[in-house]
Amino acid sequence: MGKTFAEKVLAKRAGLSEVVPGQIVTVRPDHLLTHDNTSAIVGKVTEELKAYGLVSADLPVIAIDHVVPAVDEKTALGHAKIRQFVKEYGVQHFFDVGEGVCHQLMVEKGFAQPGRLILGSDSHTCTYGALNAFSAGIDRTEAAVLLLTGETWLKVPETIRVSLKGTFPLGVMGKDLVLGIIGEIGADGANYKAVEFHGDLSALTMDDRLTMANMGVEMGAKLAVFPVDGITRAYLSVHAPGAQYEPVWADDEAVYDRRLGFDLSELEPMVAKPHTVDNVAPICEVAGLPVQQAYLGTCTNGRLSDLQAAAAVLKGRHIAPGVRLLVIPASRSIFQEAITDGTLATLVEAGAMVGPPGCGPCLGAHQGLLAPGERCISASNRNFQGRMGSKDAEVFLGSPLTVAASALKGVLTDPREVI
Amino acid sequence: MTVFKYGDDVNTDLLFPGRYTYTCAKAEEILPHLLEDLDPAFAGSVKPGDVILAGKNFGCGSSREQPALGLKAAGLQAVVAKSFARIFFRAAINQGLLLVECPEAVEAYREGDEVAVDAARGVVTAGGRSFAFPALPPEILAIRDAGGLLPYARKKLREARG
Repeated sequence: MGKTFAEKVLAKRAGLSEVVPGQIVTVRPDHLLTHDNTSAIVGKVTEELKAYGLVSADLPVIAIDHVVPAVDEKTALGHAKIRQFVKEYGVQHFFDVGEGVCHQLMVEKGFAQPGRLILGSDSHTCTYGALNAFSAGIDRTEAAVLLLTGETWLKVPETIRVSLKGTFPLGVMGKDLVLGIIGEIGADGANYKAVEFHGDLSALTMDDRLTMANMGVEMGAKLAVFPVDGITRAYLSVHAPGAQYEPVWADDEAVYDRRLGFDLSELEPMVAKPHTVDNVAPICEVAGLPVQQAYLGTCTNGRLSDLQAAAAVLKGRHIAPGVRLLVIPASRSIFQEAITDGTLATLVEAGAMVGPPGCGPCLGAHQGLLAPGERCISASNRNFQGRMGSKDAEVFLGSPLTVAASALKGVLTDPREVI
Repeated sequence: MTVFKYGDDVNTDLLFPGRYTYTCAKAEEILPHLLEDLDPAFAGSVKPGDVILAGKNFGCGSSREQPALGLKAAGLQAVVAKSFARIFFRAAINQGLLLVECPEAVEAYREGDEVAVDAARGVVTAGGRSFAFPALPPEILAIRDAGGLLPYARKKLREARG
């Protein structure tokens, strides 16, 4: 019988000839990602770490990214504790404040590779499925125990097969596609499940794929994964040069829980309306609603091509009065590239303010929170009530093009009208 | 015993706002902010033995564990829901918090009804009617029954490494 991607990876990891959905297996991940929550994670097992040691200095990848630079003394103390842990235990992979969002660093620095198993104490760990990795989010307590044992359990998921074809019309990006998929299957449509993307994927850049895999968790998915093709290999040749990776992919006769198909050429720019990610509509349904803030950044859409797309819309123009356009590159490397190629100059000339690489206001801790009654168009991944400041504010999710177009006009705007 | 009734897609931001995620880790820091943006009265009124009843996809969103940790520390008897998001489901096991996935019980409940959960028998009673709910696999149940993953792992480490 044919096997899915998840069944193949988990069987191999568990040392079994085959596994079936629902089966519980014990696995040892290649890497464990933790971020600002590392201080709390380490605090749970301080005594045990002293007694038994860190299971492997190569296992953890730590990036301080969520509240950077520190917003107050308590946050600063958390960061200091992480640096102390890294030093004391010789953690090999550490990225301090300013290096970038953890998920971007995981792909950019070559940790995410085909066939690898990566767990992380962050829900968007699923991002690395874009590079054919099995990656999934876990909580802090589980991360703490992984530091000691290197081992945990996973349930073999059922899989949803999403078949894609065609090319994007002008003004449409990977973000619009994934919002469309979430709108169709719902915020729990892939709960506990894996999502595999099949078909003609040649129109999807690596940045599109990263956006789509990143938002797998917004449909409930444990992981969302792409096959390895020329686009993947080209990316890895730059970001993991010389890596000996083993691509894994589903058999043609694999058994699926559900099959879906999308034609990229039929898509239009989409938004997720407040306050759930599956409250999806074409931008034209809500066009004209005033916005006070536009946010371009995050692990979802803070990459170079996202910034370039926004700059293409805003070049030689200026954002509308009364709009704050906040741009936060997802990593230092993206920041540098966007300086070198003039993207940031274009955005700043258009009225944008640029923040340091990190998560920015996405999770509601700092750097651009919303007042009651305000509305934000955001390239991030969640529009939950109260997530980005006041619970009486509204967040609409859209593509970088939609963010730029809306900042330009001061109202939610179909990017096709201004490109 | 009080039953707190909520709808579908109660996400972890509503259960515990993100603005506190990196400054509150201990139970006493978490408890005052539980469900702050969903039900401001919850934190002040929840008592040991109470039950939350909710719709589908309870606990979706962020992987933050403060909701599971806080609800366990508050002494909540169980969360009964139509379904749970997977990271919250794991987090609850890891905190020793009882989750009951039982859409029928949620549908049967009417305001004012008593809700009782018998974890050992795998039965939840709501509105005078009893419903069976699926048991966890034994290896997972062992974690929850040890009081969560930390006590479970500590015991295993002691046994293995002294």
